Amino acid sequence: MEKNEILIGEHIFKTYGEKTILNDISFSLKEGELLSLLGVSGVGKTTLFNVLSGLSKPDSGEVLLRKDDAAGDDAYLKITGKTGYLSYMLQKDLLLPHKHVIDNVALPLVLKGVRKKEARQKAAEHFKQFGLEGCEYKYPSELSGGMRQRAAFLRTYLCGNRVVLLDEPFSALDTITKAAMQEWFLQVMSELNLSAVFITHDIDEAILLSDRIYMMMGSPAKLTKEMTIDKKKPRSQAFTLTDEFLEYKKEIRSQLFIDQIAFS
Amino acid sequence: MKKKNGKENLIPIAVVLAVLLIWQLVCTLKLVPSFMLPSPVDVGKALVSDFPLLMHHAGVTLLEAGLGLLFGVLLGFGCAAVMDAFPIVKKALYPILVLTQTIPPVALAPLLILWFSYGIVPKVILVVLVAFFPMAVGLLQGFESADPDMIRLMKSMNASRWQIFTHVKFPSALGEFFSGLRIAVSYSVVGAVIAEWLGGFVGLGVYMTRVKKSLSYDKMFAVIVLVSALSLLLMALVKIIQKYAMPWEKRK
Repeated sequence: MEKNEILIGEHIFKTYGEKTILNDISFSLKEGELLSLLGVSGVGKTTLFNVLSGLSKPDSGEVLLRKDDAAGDDAYLKITGKTGYLSYMLQKDLLLPHKHVIDNVALPLVLKGVRKKEARQKAAEHFKQFGLEGCEYKYPSELSGGMRQRAAFLRTYLCGNRVVLLDEPFSALDTITKAAMQEWFLQVMSELNLSAVFITHDIDEAILLSDRIYMMMGSPAKLTKEMTIDKKKPRSQAFTLTDEFLEYKKEIRSQLFIDQIAFS
Repeated sequence: MKKKNGKENLIPIAVVLAVLLIWQLVCTLKLVPSFMLPSPVDVGKALVSDFPLLMHHAGVTLLEAGLGLLFGVLLGFGCAAVMDAFPIVKKALYPILVLTQTIPPVALAPLLILWFSYGIVPKVILVVLVAFFPMAVGLLQGFESADPDMIRLMKSMNASRWQIFTHVKFPSALGEFFSGLRIAVSYSVVGAVIAEWLGGFVGLGVYMTRVKKSLSYDKMFAVIVLVSALSLLLMALVKIIQKYAMPWEKRK
């Protein structure tokens, strides 16, 4: 194991009833990296996230998280089947309609037992960075889709874990809002010192945001292909119009096509 | 919340006025003998002349309804929470709950009076029985309406069952809570009156049986009007409380 690997999945198998969903999934996430899992809907990406976040136990395999003070052989903690170690953000913003935005965002702190006033103070410090200034005491229904998703991301950040799992966070947004959100996301990720696993079925999004991409294919799902996006960060939407970007896109498309034939 | 325009609000009022007018006409034209059907004006007169006495009886009825409602809501809440938390309890209890609702309260009241005598206790128990059901069913549905993804997210944040209940399930059941409460409130007034009807010393139901025996149908109608008015008032009160308890609804 390399020292800079913060999260490792080892030979994860998961079956529901008769159906094998995950078939020997192994991967590693480096510190500060954004790793995308790219695949069609229903391939088992969310099942994998449920396993990683500890919401469901794999049939076999382990999830390892590097400890804060990593040293020696037991630098890694087994977090298989345990919740609370990774921050999870779902496609839906899942803001509670009855709480003010600030209380929604501060929820992970309150759940940990931080007093409400203190939690609000801590959350308020980040509102500017997340483009939510002035929305503290609004209700979620008064925010736009992009703002709601930013609030959900701030809540995820305030869970306080170093690794975040992002399950298609922008897929419910319209194209224009989505592009703006991606741009903002690239910038804020470079400031936050987070490592992320990112689920998407959008090839452009995967290339734009990722340091590395795993393609997830077939039934049961396997990670079939790994690809590194070398373009230096921070990136911007302008990257999507370059030849370099198109080359990556061509390669991924051909790969997806080949794999589809192989599994069908 | 939807804003109705003024004209639509006037329609039911116009219908009620029309009915009252026809009723008054039927009476003044002596199409029906007055001892069988008192005119609206007679009922109004009876309401005014008996007002202090009616209020005395109404106070007792409202006390019974209020106490019964309180215990009924608490019981309903407890039942719904337990059924939501433990599916096996729901499987065991729910059909029985539905079954109890097929028993008419009128049939239960004499039994309750037999067991608990003529005081306030059998009335309160009957109100609990009628108020509890809409609360339990409404709240259970509300708890179950919580987004399963939200519960997954809460679990991923290490939330306890209690935290999931207080932060997600209970708030998402508030709408159903108030719908159930509106029904329970009107049931509770009617339930108290029915219980009094079948035995007791004081209360609107008792008064109703007395004036019926003395064939003062105008007074009897006055009591009916009062019971309806009380129910309506209480339901309106619930609506106002709901508005303040759920401020996020009106900002939509």
